[in-house]
Amino acid sequence: MALTFQQFLFYAFAAVLVGAALGVITARNPVHSVLYLVLAFFTSAALWLLMEAEFLALTLVLVYVGAVMVLFLFVVMMLDIDLAALRAGFTRYLPLGLVVAALIVWEMASVLGPARFGPGRVAAPAPHGAGYSNTKALGETLYTQHLYAFEVAALILLVAIVAAIALTLRRRPDTRRQDPARQVRVRRRDRVRLVRMAPERRPAPAASEPGGRTGTEEA
Amino acid sequence: MLSTLSDLTLMAPELWLAAMACVVLVADVYAGGGRGTVAYLLAQLALLGGMWLLLADAVPAPEALFGGAFLRDPLADVLKAAVLVLTVAVFAYARGYLQGRGLDRGEYYVLGLFGVLGMMVLISAGNLLTLYLGLELLALSLYAMVALHRDSLEASEAAMKYFVLGALASGMMLYGISLLYGVTGSLALDVVARAAAADASDPVMLLALAFVIVGVAFKLGAVPFHMWIPDVYHGAPAAVALYVGAAPKIAGFALAMRLLVEGLGGLQAEWADMLVVLAVLSIAIGNVVAIAQTNIKRMLGYSTISHIGFLLLGLIAGTRDGYGAAMFYALTYALMAAGAFGVVAIMSRRSEAELLDDYRGLNARNPWLAFMMLILMFSMAGVPPTVGFYAKLTVLKAVIDVGALWLAVVAVAFSIVGAFYYLRVVKLMYFDEPPEEAAVRAGLQAGTVLSANGLAVLGLGLLPGALLALCLQVVG
Repeated sequence: MALTFQQFLFYAFAAVLVGAALGVITARNPVHSVLYLVLAFFTSAALWLLMEAEFLALTLVLVYVGAVMVLFLFVVMMLDIDLAALRAGFTRYLPLGLVVAALIVWEMASVLGPARFGPGRVAAPAPHGAGYSNTKALGETLYTQHLYAFEVAALILLVAIVAAIALTLRRRPDTRRQDPARQVRVRRRDRVRLVRMAPERRPAPAASEPGGRTGTEEA
Repeated sequence: MLSTLSDLTLMAPELWLAAMACVVLVADVYAGGGRGTVAYLLAQLALLGGMWLLLADAVPAPEALFGGAFLRDPLADVLKAAVLVLTVAVFAYARGYLQGRGLDRGEYYVLGLFGVLGMMVLISAGNLLTLYLGLELLALSLYAMVALHRDSLEASEAAMKYFVLGALASGMMLYGISLLYGVTGSLALDVVARAAAADASDPVMLLALAFVIVGVAFKLGAVPFHMWIPDVYHGAPAAVALYVGAAPKIAGFALAMRLLVEGLGGLQAEWADMLVVLAVLSIAIGNVVAIAQTNIKRMLGYSTISHIGFLLLGLIAGTRDGYGAAMFYALTYALMAAGAFGVVAIMSRRSEAELLDDYRGLNARNPWLAFMMLILMFSMAGVPPTVGFYAKLTVLKAVIDVGALWLAVVAVAFSIVGAFYYLRVVKLMYFDEPPEEAAVRAGLQAGTVLSANGLAVLGLGLLPGALLALCLQVVG
């Protein structure tokens, strides 16, 4: 069976993807895990490009790799994780975990193999012409057929915001915060007091003091 | 697809609730001092308004919107009405408790309203996508509500467990849904139903079914996916345990109904076998472990598990009578759970009354409250003439009608075991000395709602015909 260039690319990217996914869960350092996840996302984007889903592929790179994962990286860097405690039961649970994982992979492979999802069962999508815009197609589907689901998803995000704020915002008495309304309403006379006073001569620096101090501090 | 704007009146209750939840959110910020009051009143207004919109044009026959993503049928109308009524009662019970804990902020009511919206989306789901989104909207609201009491270590622990396990179960279910989509090429439940009916022996379909069952069983809290229930009920503030314990059970029934009966009805023989295991384990473990509990919230948690087992029996029967009985069971159990947790919330106002010992001699401190709790406990135990007896009877009858006599025998045996811990509460309330003499006051509002709730449990037990007929009519 001759390998077409496209198939070669697919298998190459798929291999990198699986490797990166394994790296996410096996890396000793959480920062490395996040970087592996970035690689996994990037490789998935490449696979999506092969499937002519250009818009989704670019969004994945821009939104997930560019924004979400960078934020994630900051969070992981700021966390104080006790690696030894996390790894405490690793060797004890590893054999059982491996057995369960192998069993699941075997079960799923036996059901979901190429016999049921191969090219024979699921036809390859027809390639689109040069003028085809999948951004437009996606937009049309999203805002007509799936409008309802889209709006419910928006509500889920709203709940997430409300929950995050409700669970983390604390009004402590010693917290210093700005009150924009007061800042806007403030008048000059609340902040600045003009004092009329006679000009004074600045006293000459004492002769005993060593040089190097400038006069600005006393100003 | 949306043909005209007037079609949107079909989903008027949902639109109203979404808008009102946002209004409560904003009003709560500007309300200043008596913030809880404004949010509470607006939330109740939202629920009652939603109820009015729902009943104003109840649909006689199924109608669909957005190409079948939103489905409004008589089943959805009845379940939504029940969810709204129960949540009105839940908010009324919760108010006094929240005020006593400094938790009487708008967030409880906002998240509660979004949870109700999630349940309504789930109940009205016509395709797998909206089903999942409704479920997540509900679940996210619940996770946040459990964690709402931030200074309580127990609440944080419960929320964490609930969140991690819930996310895992959601992931399982989503994987099952993706397999269904892979096999049928469609998210619409009716297309999935046709594919399931055409080829009931497709192994991919069965694998998908296994994953989906895990999700449903987790959301309902059936053994062995029950571990979160006692911990969440125990750790969450009483007002939140009250919310989690009542209306979401109706949503769980709707999930099973839409996904298993309407979507995968062709695989009924397969999923009934799986549910038999879940149901028997739930009834056995729920009832037996509840005996060992000293904390009333934990006890009610295990009692929930056993009741879920009974609910599943109705689905196992797989007949119209069985589905009607399961629906009757879900509605009446949610009513009982709301009442029982309502009593816990009323008792816990000044200090947590979580232990069974806190209920000693309740009759001397507030005879009416004790009498309501007596009715609720009798109903949960299945003592006639309360509705709990009738609910169990209809479910068992449906199971016996399809020839599964042994299931009925097992269920009855374990519910006799279970009667012990319900009657123990009654014994504590009536025959033990109270630990303190101070009277327990329910307050006008919570007291009225609790009286209505307790008397409804009694009244539905005496005259169950109308509700049961309604259940049978809408599932058919």
